[in-house]
Amino acid sequence: MVKVEDVHKRFGQLEVLQGITFDVQEGEVVVIIGPSGSGKSTLLRCINHLEKIQRGHIYVDGELVGYKDVNGRLKELPERAIARVRSRIGFVFQRFNLFGHLTALDNVTEAPVHVLGESRGRARERGLEMLSRVGLSDKADSLPSQLSGGQQQRVAIARALMMNPKLMLFDEPTSALDPELVGEVLNVIKALANDLGMTMIVVTHEMDFARDVANRILFIDEGVVVEDGPPEQFDNPREARTREFLRRVLKEDVA
Amino acid sequence: MAAGETASRPAEHGADIGPLLRLYRRFAKPIWFLAWTIAAGVFLWFVLDVDWDVVGDYLFDYRVMEGVEVTIKLTLWSMFFGVILGVVFGVMRVSQSAMASGAAGLYIWLIRGTPLLLQILVVFFGLREFVAPESLGFGRTDAPFGSIPLLEDFNNIRFRAAVLALAINEGAYMAEIVRGGIISVDPGQTDAARSLGMTNLQATRRIILPQALRVMVPPSGNEFIAMAKNSSLVSVIGVFELLKWSQSLYADNFQVMELLLVAAFWYLVITSVLSIGQAWLEAHLSLERQRGTPFWQRVGQIFTNPRQAHEGA
Repeated sequence: MVKVEDVHKRFGQLEVLQGITFDVQEGEVVVIIGPSGSGKSTLLRCINHLEKIQRGHIYVDGELVGYKDVNGRLKELPERAIARVRSRIGFVFQRFNLFGHLTALDNVTEAPVHVLGESRGRARERGLEMLSRVGLSDKADSLPSQLSGGQQQRVAIARALMMNPKLMLFDEPTSALDPELVGEVLNVIKALANDLGMTMIVVTHEMDFARDVANRILFIDEGVVVEDGPPEQFDNPREARTREFLRRVLKEDVA
Repeated sequence: MAAGETASRPAEHGADIGPLLRLYRRFAKPIWFLAWTIAAGVFLWFVLDVDWDVVGDYLFDYRVMEGVEVTIKLTLWSMFFGVILGVVFGVMRVSQSAMASGAAGLYIWLIRGTPLLLQILVVFFGLREFVAPESLGFGRTDAPFGSIPLLEDFNNIRFRAAVLALAINEGAYMAEIVRGGIISVDPGQTDAARSLGMTNLQATRRIILPQALRVMVPPSGNEFIAMAKNSSLVSVIGVFELLKWSQSLYADNFQVMELLLVAAFWYLVITSVLSIGQAWLEAHLSLERQRGTPFWQRVGQIFTNPRQAHEGA
C-alpha cells in the first residue's frame, strides 16, 4: 500500500531525512516512534506531499506521490494532480487544525462537497453519520472553539474519513491533549484499525497504544529507520539506540 | 481587564446606591459624550463670530446635499475598487510566487511612499493630458459610459480620475490589511485544507480568507471612514463633492466659517453612519453572535466602548 524508498529531505542545511526506506501492507497499522526532531512528523508530511522531498520515491497504492518520473528524474506534478492524490490520504494533525469558521458538520462536509463534488444533502447525511461514529452527533452545530481538544480531534478524524481514504496518517494525534482526553481519541483510532481494517501510519509517544494496535513499529532517529519490527521486538529491542530511547520514554511515563 | 474590574466593583459592593445612580453608572459614557457635545456647542456658540442662521440655511441647501451625495458616491466607489485591488495585491503579497509578491511589493511601496494629494493630481493630469482619447474609453473622450445606470457619474473625467486615484491609493493600504489578515490565520489551516485535496486557490478562498476577514474588518472600517474624509482632497481637481461645494458657496457669499461648519456637520454624519455599519458587520461576522451581546448593544458599544465592540462579548 505504501512504499517509501530512500527518501531524503533537507530544510536548508539541515538534513532531516537521510534515506528512509520501509513499506506498509494493506490493512497494516504501523506506528512510528522516535525522539523529537528525529524527522517522524516530516516523514508523515512527505507521504502526502505537504513537504517536497529531495531524493527517493514515495508510492501510495502504486502511485508515485507528488512527482512524475521523467527518465529517472523526479518532476513535481501540477497542483491539481497533487491535490487529487492527497484527497485519498487522510491526515490527522497534532493540533487538530479544524476550520475555525465552520461548525463540526461543515468541517466534515467541506471537502466532500467542494473537492469530490458531492451533493450537499448527501454530504450532510454522511457527515452526521460519521460524527455519530466518533460519538459526536450532538456536536454537529458546535464551532471548534466550543469543543474540547479530544472532541476537536475526533471531528478531525471524521473529517479525514469523509474522503474515503485509502490510507490514514496520524501525526502525534494525542500529544496536544490533556491526559484525561487521550483515551477517547485513541479509542476512535483503535476502532478504525479493528472495525474498518484501515491502513494507518501513526506517529505517537503512547507506547501502550503502540503495543496494543500496531502490527509493526518503526523506530526513527536522526533521519534513518533504526529498528523495524513487530511490537514484541520492542520489549527487548535489538538496537542500543532503541533501548536507550525506550528507557527514557518509559521513565518519563512513570514519573 | 484589571482596570475594568476595579472600576465596576464599587457599584456592586455599594450597599444601596439608588435607582438613579445605578442608571447613571450604566450609561455614564453616553451621558458624558452628550454632555461634552453640548458643552462644545455652547463654547463654539460664544467663541465663534458665526452667523448661525446662515449655518441653518445652508445645512439642507440643495447644493450642499449634492455635495454630500457626491462624497458618498466617491467613498463607495473608491472603496469598492480599493477593496478589490487590496484583496488581489494582498494575496499576491503573501503568495509563494516571488514574481507576484515582488509586483505587489512595488505597488505598495510606490503608493504608500507618495502623498495622496500628489497621486490625485498625477492621475487627473495624466488622464487628461497624456491618455489618448480613444484608449480604452478612459481618456479624454467625453462620455464613455453614456446613460448606463450607476455608471453615469464616470462620464465626468474629474470624477473618473478621482475614483481611480482614491482606489489605487486605498488598494495599497487594503493590501496590507489583507496581508495582515492572511498571516494571522494559523498555517495549520492551509495544511488541513491541502491534506483534504483542496488546491491553493480553494484553500485561500474557502478556508483562509473567511477567517482572515474577521481580523480585517476593524481596520477596514477605519479605512472606510478615512476614505470619506480623504475624498475631500479631490476638490483640488474640481470634483464638486461636499468640500468643493462649500468652498464654491463661500467664494460667493464670504460666509467662510459658516459653510465650513456645514461641511463638518455632514462629514460627521457620514462617518457616524459608517461606524454603525462597521459595528453591524462585526456583529454579523462574529461567530458566537447567537450567544453574544444583542446587536443594538454592540452598535452602542462603538460609541461608548470601542475596544469591547471590536473584541466582541
